[in-house]
Amino acid sequence: MMFHIALRELRSLFFSPLAWSILAVMQFILALIFLALIESFENHQAQLIAMNAPWGVTDLIVNDLFMYCRLIFIAICPLLTMHILSEERNSGSLNLLLSSPVSMTEIVLGKYLGILIFFFCLVLLIALMPLSLLMGTDLDLQKLSAGIISLLLLSAAFCSLGLYMSSLTRNQIIAAISSLGLLILFAIMNSNESFKYFSTLYHHTPMLKGIMNSSDIIYYVLFIIFFISLSIRQMDNQRLQS
Amino acid sequence: MSNQLIQVKNLHRQYADTHAVKGISFDLHQGDILGFLGPNGAGKSTTMQMLSGVLAPSAGQILINGIDLLDQPRQAKSHIGYLPEKPPLYPELTVDEYLRYSAQLRRVANTEIDAAIENARQLCGLTEVKRRLIGNLSKGFQQRVGIAQAIIHKPDIVILDEPTVGLDPIQIREIRQLIKQLGQQHGVILSTHILPEVQAVCTKVQVINQGQLVFNGDMESLNQRMECTGIITRYKQPPTAAQLLALDGIEQVEQLTDGRFRVHINTAVDVTDNIVQAAVKNGWGLQELTPEKQTLESIFVELTAADITADAAQEALA
Repeated sequence: MMFHIALRELRSLFFSPLAWSILAVMQFILALIFLALIESFENHQAQLIAMNAPWGVTDLIVNDLFMYCRLIFIAICPLLTMHILSEERNSGSLNLLLSSPVSMTEIVLGKYLGILIFFFCLVLLIALMPLSLLMGTDLDLQKLSAGIISLLLLSAAFCSLGLYMSSLTRNQIIAAISSLGLLILFAIMNSNESFKYFSTLYHHTPMLKGIMNSSDIIYYVLFIIFFISLSIRQMDNQRLQS
Repeated sequence: MSNQLIQVKNLHRQYADTHAVKGISFDLHQGDILGFLGPNGAGKSTTMQMLSGVLAPSAGQILINGIDLLDQPRQAKSHIGYLPEKPPLYPELTVDEYLRYSAQLRRVANTEIDAAIENARQLCGLTEVKRRLIGNLSKGFQQRVGIAQAIIHKPDIVILDEPTVGLDPIQIREIRQLIKQLGQQHGVILSTHILPEVQAVCTKVQVINQGQLVFNGDMESLNQRMECTGIITRYKQPPTAAQLLALDGIEQVEQLTDGRFRVHINTAVDVTDNIVQAAVKNGWGLQELTPEKQTLESIFVELTAADITADAAQEALA
């Protein structure tokens, strides 16, 4: 059942120009960054060899590329999640789901799954760029896969927050702006000593270096569960009150 | 008594500061087409949303086929098809895609989905638009897609909230035909504020006003209420009121302008004949004889006049 809802969500996403334009713009910007990174790596290659530096292609290109990715994710995630629950409520199509023999948990999880599949496609597209380097050089594939997993976890966390914001309001723009605000807040917590631990980025950086701490993974899992259960609660409450 | 599909007991719904539905109880049986009437804001849509499980009631109990909607929502909801006021459509899907999705949501078995779609399409006359995008269809077709969605899993109960709003007269006729057809196999609840619609399709009528049921009965008892209770007569040489009152079966006479009288009659006696014979015998020169019928509209107005409570209306009926 969840899967049917997720597929419908994906289908609608790909019917709208929004998803395609986001994919295109994001890919274009990341490709430019990717090229710039390669260029600067080539310029410094002689120096690196002379210094006998411990960093290779994976550290200098792939890592930096993924660092830019998380910034871009903060920007596009609100755009992709804003409609997810608010639009259905606004257009009345939520009533179809509510009058069907489907629980609220299935509805919310189904929608979340739909947007998650979209983000997984997106991460896959991004991963193709560093993978293309395999044609000319060796990559640290384990480090690369740690990076990909980190992006998946990060996007799943961002989406769960966007999902909750979308459950709060009928207005998509308000949902987008408030998720953008919260995502930025969770990002800048990284620079504050006392709140560092709550930051989404704080737990992301070690993974980019290839360190998979179970505590970091648990942080993301808890983050996701927290916001999804809030969304389910919120949707149930609206059935009782609205 | 035939199969009881819905039992509603003392249903309440409270919004922040308004009490939208105040203790409604009724039941629906197989083969009934229940017309749910009421002025705007009376609580019709709220009641229907509660029946379909979209809104949770503040208090009360809803049994669908004997299953409690609040305790076992999944089992209960599989017996319901619901068309809200605004059809819950996805404009970016085609009719077939949308119906497939609805069937999946309603847990129609995979092997039966194609047959279910075909069946709903045919019932609602959607065969020629099956590949078109819902967003490009006319309002009438969108409404039909909405109805198709509500009947695709062959539910025992179909709940339609103002299904004919915004349609042209031909489409209205078609949809009414469709509703009558549905009534043969399903129990149908239909909300509307179009009175002739109720007369045309419904077998039972409920009138709701300010969150309370003010009338609950079948179409026959309503028809009885609408029976002739008075006659308007006009004469060239009008008699006096006392002369008319002397005729058998006339209980009260009101004199109107230009030789007209309104006579209130006792329906047990054939008054019309008496009036005509008296007019011929006395040479009053009868010019007009019009039975005065109470319309559904006047009953509706009477019932929904704010001060009438359910009890008073029931007494008036008895």
